[in-house]
Amino acid sequence: MIAVPALDLVLAALVLGVATWAVFTRESFAAVVGMVVFGLLLAIALVRLEAVDVALTEAALGSGLSGAVLIAAASRLRSAEAAVAAERPRPRAAAAALSAAVAAALATAVLSLPDPAPTLAPEAAGSLAATGVGNPVTAVLMAYRAMDTLLEKVVLLLALVGVWSLAKDRAWGGRPSQRQRADPRGALVFLARLLPPLGGVVGVYVLWAGADDPGGAFPGGTILAAMWLLVLMAGLADAPPVSRRPLRLLLVGGPALFVAVGLGGLWLGEAFLAYPRAWAKPLILAIEIPMTLTVAATLGLLFLGPPEREPRR
Amino acid sequence: MSLAADSLSILAVSAGIFFFAAGTTGLLRFPDALSRLHALTKADNLGLGLVVLGLLPRAASPRDAAKLVFAWLLVLLASATVSQLIARAARREAPPG
Repeated sequence: MIAVPALDLVLAALVLGVATWAVFTRESFAAVVGMVVFGLLLAIALVRLEAVDVALTEAALGSGLSGAVLIAAASRLRSAEAAVAAERPRPRAAAAALSAAVAAALATAVLSLPDPAPTLAPEAAGSLAATGVGNPVTAVLMAYRAMDTLLEKVVLLLALVGVWSLAKDRAWGGRPSQRQRADPRGALVFLARLLPPLGGVVGVYVLWAGADDPGGAFPGGTILAAMWLLVLMAGLADAPPVSRRPLRLLLVGGPALFVAVGLGGLWLGEAFLAYPRAWAKPLILAIEIPMTLTVAATLGLLFLGPPEREPRR
Repeated sequence: MSLAADSLSILAVSAGIFFFAAGTTGLLRFPDALSRLHALTKADNLGLGLVVLGLLPRAASPRDAAKLVFAWLLVLLASATVSQLIARAARREAPPG
């Protein structure tokens, strides 16, 4: 048994405590805040486990963007919340019991692994040179298990189609939600003018650094999406109508290019998504750059929700 | 040199932790949203600034040090904006009497 530093124990206790609080707290809004705090603490825990890639994604996506989506949902439901809660008490205890059971099963599985645990890490690290990237996580995502990553992006797109399908018929093809109005001399507008150039650089940097250090298309795309949403929330720009062709091309572009490269692998190389050795690094970058833009657009539109305003004919 | 750098780290980080603790106390003990915000933003900005100052001598390279300062500046910007927004929302809900 290895000694567990006090910091890790405190962190684990905090994560569990915040999670319990988020499940049992009464108000949806407070529960969402609890979930965001949980996500940030989890990101710190993942950094402690030296899983910085996962931590970045958790902080940007699991905590940041999901938190924003849930806050928007909670504020929409706020007026109806009291009535619904009085009508039918929510099965919080059941949800907590189910989550605890899943956690217990996972813990049992992890603890019963033989020591040393079966691992492909040496093989993954050994073949790193063939992929041309220095970050093993990026190599797994973009080379060894590229198929999973491709399907993940398609799932994201399907989620957006699901959200859009909630639109009323007359709003179809229109713009999502209302144009936000903010005080043009207020703090939010100031931030929305100042931050996006910086955030854009950070997003691109996170994508670029992903080749050799923690980062990549998903956290980078999420940062770009956050910058776009900031501009929209400050009312500096309006959300695009969902029927606009460049937007649709942007949404499909990343996965389509991924599939095209995959088919190219079938034609030139040995299998679907097999990169020719000399071309591995450029091809991975060529997939990741449009994929980052697709991720940014998809996540932003997922947050904005279904089209609500009628398109101008 | 290293003794001076270490003492700076210890002093600055301890002072930073003091401001974090003071800010948290204010958040828990102050009566209304505006004074809570006041406690939190001042303490967080100063607390994080001091922690970053304490970590600067320990940064591996000037680039890392610049990243630390950059992170502090971004937090300053974000927390100043967010506290403005929260304060505005709080005043809308309960105008000062």
